[in-house]
Amino acid sequence: MPFDIGESRGGTYSEQMAAHSVLQKLGILADAAKYDASCASSGTAKKNSLAGKGIGSTEGMGICHAYAPDGRCISLLKILLTNHCVFDCHYCVNRKSSNVARARFNPQEVVDLTLAFYRRNYIEGLFLSSGIVKNSNHTMEQIVEVARILREEHDFRGYIHLKTIPEADAEIVHQAGLYADRVSINVELPTDSGLTRLAPDKDARQIEGAMGKVRSDLAEAKDARKRFKYAPRFAPAGQSTQMIVGADAATDADIVGKASRLYDNFRLRRVYYSAFSPIPDASAVLPLKRPPLIREHRLYQSDWLMRFYGYKPSEVMQATEADGNLPLDIDPKLAWALKFREAFPVDVNRASKEQLLRVPGLGVKAVAKILASRRHRALRLDDVALLTQSITKVRPFICTVDWRPVMLTDRADLRSLLAPRTEQLELFAA
Amino acid sequence: MTALRQVKLGTYYVVHLPEADDFDFWRERARALVQCDVPPDRIAWVEPGGSGDLFADGERRMPVPPESAPIVRANRRFVQLARNAILHSDTERFAVLYRLLWRLQANPGIMEDKADSDVRRIEELDKNVRRDSHKMHAFVRFRLVESEKEEAGEHYVAWFQPEHHILRANAGFFMRRFANMRWSILTPRGSLHWDGETMSEGPPAQRSDAPGGDPMEDLWRTYYASIFNPARLKIGAMLKEMPKKYWKNMPEAALIPELVAGAQKREAAMVEKGTLEFEERPETLGEIDKAIHACRKCPIGSLDNQPVMGEGPQNAALMIVGEQPGDQEDRSGRPFVGPAGQLLDVHLDKVGIDRRASYVTNAVKHFKYVQRGKRRLHQNPGAKEIDTCRWWIESERAIVQPKIVLAMGASAARGMLGKTVSISKVRGAPIALEDGSELWVTAHPSYLLRLDGAARDEQARLFDADLAAVKERLEELT
Repeated sequence: MPFDIGESRGGTYSEQMAAHSVLQKLGILADAAKYDASCASSGTAKKNSLAGKGIGSTEGMGICHAYAPDGRCISLLKILLTNHCVFDCHYCVNRKSSNVARARFNPQEVVDLTLAFYRRNYIEGLFLSSGIVKNSNHTMEQIVEVARILREEHDFRGYIHLKTIPEADAEIVHQAGLYADRVSINVELPTDSGLTRLAPDKDARQIEGAMGKVRSDLAEAKDARKRFKYAPRFAPAGQSTQMIVGADAATDADIVGKASRLYDNFRLRRVYYSAFSPIPDASAVLPLKRPPLIREHRLYQSDWLMRFYGYKPSEVMQATEADGNLPLDIDPKLAWALKFREAFPVDVNRASKEQLLRVPGLGVKAVAKILASRRHRALRLDDVALLTQSITKVRPFICTVDWRPVMLTDRADLRSLLAPRTEQLELFAA
Repeated sequence: MTALRQVKLGTYYVVHLPEADDFDFWRERARALVQCDVPPDRIAWVEPGGSGDLFADGERRMPVPPESAPIVRANRRFVQLARNAILHSDTERFAVLYRLLWRLQANPGIMEDKADSDVRRIEELDKNVRRDSHKMHAFVRFRLVESEKEEAGEHYVAWFQPEHHILRANAGFFMRRFANMRWSILTPRGSLHWDGETMSEGPPAQRSDAPGGDPMEDLWRTYYASIFNPARLKIGAMLKEMPKKYWKNMPEAALIPELVAGAQKREAAMVEKGTLEFEERPETLGEIDKAIHACRKCPIGSLDNQPVMGEGPQNAALMIVGEQPGDQEDRSGRPFVGPAGQLLDVHLDKVGIDRRASYVTNAVKHFKYVQRGKRRLHQNPGAKEIDTCRWWIESERAIVQPKIVLAMGASAARGMLGKTVSISKVRGAPIALEDGSELWVTAHPSYLLRLDGAARDEQARLFDADLAAVKERLEELT
């Protein structure tokens, strides 16, 4: 049987492109963009269209306009300008050697789609990324052009997130920050050796260099606004990045370490984790199995511990198991508590905020409620039960006026008592 | 306070609210009632359409507070929560709020006591209302109505069914966002109309008053279906944030059942088509030899050919990698025995590299060709085929552990690096590999065979220079 030798699709490039309707292109270019985890639209400067000519507002809290059955929020029109790419990154569905359908939007088409969706209240704005066509500068210029038309010609005041290309000139990347609410550069893989192996065209130092430049642009713009009221804003929602989990051999400890260095060095708003997911037409050097989705979830939980619960990266790493990975059956906070049982139980009526935040099952809100309520009454176990999601999870680690976990904290089988039972969720069960 | 009691004991008061969401009216009445020391259980709050039957004989005239009445205290937190909680559809909300306001006079710190049942109840009401408002911001879907009158311009109309009395309270959000658009939001509890300058209110509406569709919804549904990743189904997470009750007014929600049903099937197909199930890395060259005979991971393996395994000492310091077996190699089952192999031998001899001490193999294990009559014409392997075959060459390299790898030609270089490089740019200098060994890249000897005259002489000279550099480096390293 004969087989395809290289590219055997008929027609010239432009003929193929003309044949694609906007609908088909949207299908291809949204499909190509879905491996980017971020869809956040929060934390930017407040703006609205009352005094303007166009539409759009951002009021601090992002809005998820729909949820897909993968549980992810759809807040932005997240598409690629094109999925043609001269790079050949193995984990990427759009890599040069991949045999997927290709399409290309021109900037005006993206602008029209964004506005049409926005007017119908489908979205908060646009998240635009792109494969590299011709060269990095050309591609970055096209991305910036979309943002420029939206902002300058349509006075669009919704949210814009632009993915920037580390290899592009700093001046063009800077331009992107002037139009966008957020800019991001993906570090892609947690280790340099993983990047060399799976993204041979990318360079870790160049990526970090570009993130450093964005950081200084952010600081400069912030400083200028303190002195001049009308100094231009630069990406008021800051910068973020994404790491692919499970495509290389990096352990959770490696990943947590890398994330904390990125937070420190580049003042990132967020580090997103994306569990490597099987892509059509995968490259042969990729791992054989995809990592469990729960691994990604555990990494996000560890991220939360560092950002909101006062854990140091080294402490999160203490929660990992012998193989350097976080346990999958229990959350990292519980894992840490089980390893450091001498820190418990804590007395909810006396303990400091920092101590309370370490209690498995007590979230930031519950801790705030406990701190406020205990000024008015000596808390009993029933009171704590009213303020928390699940008292059974909390009970082994706290003391109240009427409760002391005499044996519980020391029980060897505590882990199995607290590990959640697995259950199957059924959507269309009768 | 008892001294101020001018209200007759046993009198019940009935307060009729003009609107279900009228906080200011409630506040004014509640303040007067507290000043007159009317206990919570003596008041019935009735909203429009509600019944006051329980207190049918109740007093409808409000008591008048004496001038000496104390100031009614309500802290900021209470007012903040009450404003929102009053929008709730719970008919008891006015009474609960009044009871809390009443208790607040004696216990000003009560709002901090999160374990108090009234405080918890109000916080719960507030939370539900905030969520309903947030979902309204998220799930309202406008549809474009083309107006008959040209000058009126485009008009966007949405039909939405909020759970609580939140319509009026959220007018500002839509006004600020769609300031220069003409829009209407129709709900069973009332409607809002914005013409770009002023907001007006209308009576309750029905679904049939709103347009039934919008051509743009096809694009939106395409987007929704395409952005969904079937490899990661998390139905619970979706339902938590987008409960089914909202689905009927969201054009994309109709797709959910088929997307869910198709997801598992699609993922299975994707894995079968895409990811390759190479199980464990082979540990001996013999295992590789055996495994490549069964390899059909790319179309080349399915042609009428046989795989050609590398050959040479298992501990060779030099590994020489070519592109793929040719016609003669395929027939004999041994690498580099055809014309290119013979030419290679000549050049190796010339610079003094012993081929028998080297491990000689190919980036691709099977011969790729097209049949032309009786002849099988060589075809270059595609990037994907080379990448697929990397598994084997990497396995061989892991076992032999050469100090130097000599990749001949672009295909061999891709097999080692995973990317396509230009021979002329990378030849002549080592490239460090992950395991500490060195990669040297040169042209493939078959390239020399295709040239003649001065060009061939020049390329032969470069080829020899590359081989000589490898030999020199090999001597340094061994």
